[in-house]
Amino acid sequence: MLEILLGAVSLGTLWAVMTIGVFITYRILNIADLTVEGSIAMGAAIAARGIIMGMNPYVTTLLALIGGMAAGLVTGLLHTQLKIPALLSGILTMIALWSINLRIMGKSNISLLRMDTVYTMLENMGLNKTDAVMVLGLLFVLAIIILLYWFFGTEIGCAIRATGSNPRMVRAQGINTDSTIILGLILSNGLVAVSGALIAQSQSYSDVQMGTGAIVIGLASVIIGEVLFGTKKFFGRLLSLALGAITYRIIIALVLKMGMPANDLKLFTAITVAVALSLPVLRQYFMPLRKSFKEVE
Amino acid sequence: MLRVNNVYKTFHTGTVNEKIALYNVNMELREGDFITLIGGNGAGKSTLLNCVAGVYGVDQGTIVIDANDVTKLPEHKRASVLGRVFQDPMMGTAANMGIEENLALAYRRGQKRSLKWGITRKERNLFREQLERLELGLEDRLQDKVGLLSGGQRQALTLLMATLKKPKVLLLDEHTAALDPKTAPKVLEITEQLIQASNLTTMMVTHNMRDAIKHGNRLIMMHEGRIILDINGEEKKKLTVEDLLERFGQASGEEFANDRALLS
Ligand SMILES: Nc1ncnc2c1ncn2[C@@H]1O[C@H](COP(=O)(O)OP(=O)(O)OP(=O)(O)O)[C@@H](O)[C@H]1O
Ligand SMILES: [Mg+2]
Repeated sequence: MLEILLGAVSLGTLWAVMTIGVFITYRILNIADLTVEGSIAMGAAIAARGIIMGMNPYVTTLLALIGGMAAGLVTGLLHTQLKIPALLSGILTMIALWSINLRIMGKSNISLLRMDTVYTMLENMGLNKTDAVMVLGLLFVLAIIILLYWFFGTEIGCAIRATGSNPRMVRAQGINTDSTIILGLILSNGLVAVSGALIAQSQSYSDVQMGTGAIVIGLASVIIGEVLFGTKKFFGRLLSLALGAITYRIIIALVLKMGMPANDLKLFTAITVAVALSLPVLRQYFMPLRKSFKEVE
Repeated sequence: MLRVNNVYKTFHTGTVNEKIALYNVNMELREGDFITLIGGNGAGKSTLLNCVAGVYGVDQGTIVIDANDVTKLPEHKRASVLGRVFQDPMMGTAANMGIEENLALAYRRGQKRSLKWGITRKERNLFREQLERLELGLEDRLQDKVGLLSGGQRQALTLLMATLKKPKVLLLDEHTAALDPKTAPKVLEITEQLIQASNLTTMMVTHNMRDAIKHGNRLIMMHEGRIILDINGEEKKKLTVEDLLERFGQASGEEFANDRALLS
């Protein structure tokens, strides 16, 4: 049992990186960006291909970052320059990435068994794989949170945050909202691809299917984080995302352990997210009920 | 300071919904001019302001701000010289950011954004001083999210943001119309105070004839996309609502049709 939990936590730290990426588009830019389904698989594909070609795993992870950023750039250009709605722009890039990822890998999956990964160094120091993943995952997440906390406090970061809140006001302040949207998408998808690269290396394979449903997992993690650990302060919000991603993995591990067939996972996740997203509506629905109870008292 | 030369603007050109919003509009604002702009529903007032601000491109004609032809510049590139306040109090501020963060964004209007810190301590002190002048108690709430403020407070804040970095032209589009009758005069007073303090060149759309007469040194009336009256100086000072209605009738051959203007 403890082993399952530790496994969930370590995997959660990797998905936390992706969750932070989703947060940037979904919460900060106010865009539901489906590019992530393609860019997470792209990160995995680049890392896997690089590693079997004998490249340094850290370098391939860096390449994954660049690849994801390029994917975000494409979606951003489709949306801001060609005026294609954000949702559709993301879908287009996602679909295109399917083919591109197959080309990167040369086949639909790659096994990384017995290959050197970013975790090997820690394993050589005596850690088992799970611990190595957890240590490195936590390091990555913390570094990213600190970097983003700084970034979103800068002039450019403030401009991106304001864009999601009120683009018209942002333009009136002399900021090109096309640029801020593109920048946000680049940043987000870069992180998502890094997450994909780290996940592929931890599970020792990369599969072109890997991204399917990723957006929903990301949203579930964002919402779980906000509901359970949410705070007003920005640093706390970022931390809550990581905790949300870890919690999501623990929940999944538990329901699987309780005997839910793995094939039902996506259904389970979709229902969870639907319920979480409808919370405001449900609350309104039950509000009169609560009020009438109070009146009775 | 601002010149609008032979500007034409039509929406939905070539469709059944074709709508001429501006038809050969010409005007010149001299430095320090405070124009009140009045006219019936759909007269083209907002369109004129939006064309000046670059929200819409014009079909024909040019817009020149302080000797620079800005006709081709996109909205965000004109912002460095323009301060704007919109009718909807929600429009001028970012609701889920703090008061100081909104001010800091406005303080950098027209500047290139860098990786420098978004707000400095020195700026915070400046913002606090400026907010004190509004007398709304906002100076003690620098970190509060703007979404928590009332419509009047948000409009006052937007005004401050629009003038924090002195604009060459201040554009106000019915910025008190959405406020309740007690708040509106207060915000107008703040407006007048900010304009006078920095001698701002201003164009203020209002649907209230009394306000249009009371404020500013020049009154322009629009009708069906054209400027039909331009009254200034002594003549403007002596103007009454009755005069204005009569002159509107003479100039347009119609009754003044702005439900809100007549009621107020
Ligand atoms: N974005 C737009 N798309 C299509 N038509 C528009 C648009 N903006 C304005 N119009 C049309 O242009 C004409 C002028 O509108 P405008 O908003 O400038 O009037 P206004 O003088 O500001 O009126 P009001 O007092 O009602 O605010 C109207 O007929 C309006 O329907
Ligand atoms: Mg209008």
